[in-house]
Amino acid sequence: MGLLDARITKHNVLVTSVDNVMNWARLSSLWPMGFGLACCAIEMMATNASNYDLERFGIFPRSSPRQSDLMIVAGTVTMKMAERVVRLYEQMPEPRYVLSMGSCSNCGGPYWQHGYHVLKGVDRVIPVDVYVPGCPPRPEALIGGLMKVQELIRMEQIGLSRAEALKKLEEKSVDPGRLIEEARKGAKAS
Amino acid sequence: MISPAVEKARVVWSVISEKFGDAVSPLDENPTMPFFEVTRPELWLDIALFMRDNPKLRFNYMACLSGVDYPEEGKLGIVCNLESLGEHGYTIAVKVKCDREGGVIPSVSRVWKTADWHEREAYDMFGMTFSGHQDMRRILCPEDWEGFPLRKDYQVQENYHGIKVPY
Amino acid sequence: MQELGKVEQASVRVTPDGENRIVIEKDLSSEEMILNMGPQHPSTHGVLRLECRTDGEVVIEAEPYLGYLHRCFEKHAEMTDYPGIVPYVDRMDYLAAMNSDFAYAIAVEKLLDIEIPRRVEFLRVIVAELNRIASHLVAIGTYAIDLGAFTPFLFCFRDREHIMSLLEWTSGARMLYNYILIGGVAYDFPRGFVERTAEFVNYFRPKAVELQKLLTENEIFVKRTRGIGMMPADVAINYGWSGPMLRGSGVEWDLRRVDGYSIYPELDFRVCVPDGRFSDIGDSLSRHLVRAMEMEESLNIIEQCLDRMPSPEGFDPRAAIPKRIRPREGEVYGRAENPRGELGFYIQSDGKSTKPVRCKARSSCFVNLSAMKELSQGQLIPDLVAIIGSIDIVLGEVDR
Repeated sequence: MGLLDARITKHNVLVTSVDNVMNWARLSSLWPMGFGLACCAIEMMATNASNYDLERFGIFPRSSPRQSDLMIVAGTVTMKMAERVVRLYEQMPEPRYVLSMGSCSNCGGPYWQHGYHVLKGVDRVIPVDVYVPGCPPRPEALIGGLMKVQELIRMEQIGLSRAEALKKLEEKSVDPGRLIEEARKGAKAS
Repeated sequence: MISPAVEKARVVWSVISEKFGDAVSPLDENPTMPFFEVTRPELWLDIALFMRDNPKLRFNYMACLSGVDYPEEGKLGIVCNLESLGEHGYTIAVKVKCDREGGVIPSVSRVWKTADWHEREAYDMFGMTFSGHQDMRRILCPEDWEGFPLRKDYQVQENYHGIKVPY
Repeated sequence: MQELGKVEQASVRVTPDGENRIVIEKDLSSEEMILNMGPQHPSTHGVLRLECRTDGEVVIEAEPYLGYLHRCFEKHAEMTDYPGIVPYVDRMDYLAAMNSDFAYAIAVEKLLDIEIPRRVEFLRVIVAELNRIASHLVAIGTYAIDLGAFTPFLFCFRDREHIMSLLEWTSGARMLYNYILIGGVAYDFPRGFVERTAEFVNYFRPKAVELQKLLTENEIFVKRTRGIGMMPADVAINYGWSGPMLRGSGVEWDLRRVDGYSIYPELDFRVCVPDGRFSDIGDSLSRHLVRAMEMEESLNIIEQCLDRMPSPEGFDPRAAIPKRIRPREGEVYGRAENPRGELGFYIQSDGKSTKPVRCKARSSCFVNLSAMKELSQGQLIPDLVAIIGSIDIVLGEVDR
């Protein structure tokens, strides 16, 4: 709030683009429909609780898909559940985002080989924007994934499709491997 | 050295075989899980009622009913772990076998209510039916699933409602 | 008015001033409605679908439909070797992973001929009891939030974070540990762990009392849970109930005392049974009280273990683990006391391979939930939520 305060007390007028304001409003109050299925749901609940408080990001879990704009698929999706996931996804109003939390919803997880009833990745039935790896991912990892969703929202513009926004995000994001290599080279040189 | 579990199992088996004679096999006295097999499955319900209600046995608690596949013998079967909770403290296991195709075992869901869902699960995973069960349908897999997953010769289906099943 | 007669649902009456009036009486009958709770629902503790047939607000019958989290544990168990099954066992009852590992290790060790070192037994019991407290905290916290009380949820998760950081310190993971291996444990306690655990025990004792005051002495909570979901003891035994559910109906049955596995026979703790002062024996409030009392008993067990543990000099936690786990031919049904009841494993081994021929997990919640149809008859819809919360299900274990 400090930056905004300073600008308002100084000039009383704030100039920005509509895209920026809309994106800022959307990312500051992402309301997820916590679709907690299995073990990842407990880590999601722990992230919501007071130790890793998610509410300071404006993220407040809603139970109904009609009132949410983010779906966190936390846990294993089974064949029996897959159709219900699609139905819930279709019930969400646009703009909607999907975050796949945990190994099981990314790719089937530890059940990929012999799990006859496990859906090998929720992206076989709905489009996913951000994947968070881990089994289960730590709360910090989930918060990192949510911040990635926020970055994606910042890339959006009126008239830009979701695929193009995702491509923009990929171009803008930094490859951590490259950074680590550079840091190592610098350390070795000095 | 006879373990106490086997000693108690001998007592239990003698009471049951006194009543039912050759419908029960001799006691398998292994130390980890003493068991006997019901050689005439059609009498399984009577044996179960006897085990639950006889004052010398009083097996009021069914710990587990597992379905098992015996591919070498070409049979399916169930293994029930029973216990006399709070009364005599006996534990014993009972096996009942049936054919692979179209095998039927009498249901004991009216004797121990635990068996209700366990028998549905055994049907779901192996395919044997339980006669006299009030609600014989799949419990874990969807209703229109093809095949019985825990059989040793199970092949996963390629598609379920248009979704690809294997990795 | 004087009634002259009845015609179907109408009656003809004469008013005092001599006129005939036809009064049609129709009783307010209601139709049966089928209401679907779940599989996505905030109060069903996971993906459970309850199909309720209701007559207005009164439930005639609520039938649970399972299978939405069926992850094929038993198929994986037949395709993986014995040590590799331990992570899958973790993921079944994910809130009490240490206890589940413990039950599996007990079952397989019955078929092996190894001797577990004494310190390993103490390590196992301490982490199992810590995990029991964590599991009961989640049970109580989510039960409270289902009934509308938000604060106990935050208190419970705050205290649970302490336990999770302790367990992360010793095993490396917050929730799914893969720590209690067959024949030993993965790592010894780090330096300072014993002191920190003792600190936690002293910190948590007054917090448990505070939690009791928030809930058990709260009139709204008592009104919503007292007398709801009554289950008499003999019906409970017939259904196969175990753990806090059975103890809530007044039966003193605790596998730690009955089976006496590991070092529990040397420890002094009581089997918690409600005494009927605050609740009716067999109702949801009794089951909740059993869990609250068990948390205190777990603290006592941990304290005793910390005092009596043998020293770590020259100790290797994996010393007794065989190089290749190949149990002898035979079958075993091994069980242990999970926070939710009796978790049992029926394992059939053929003596030649390193993979089990059949490994069936007898899950406590599966059996506890099967009584839902009978418990729900005649209850109101909000009471259904109170009953499910008191059964304390974890769908990973129900569906395996």
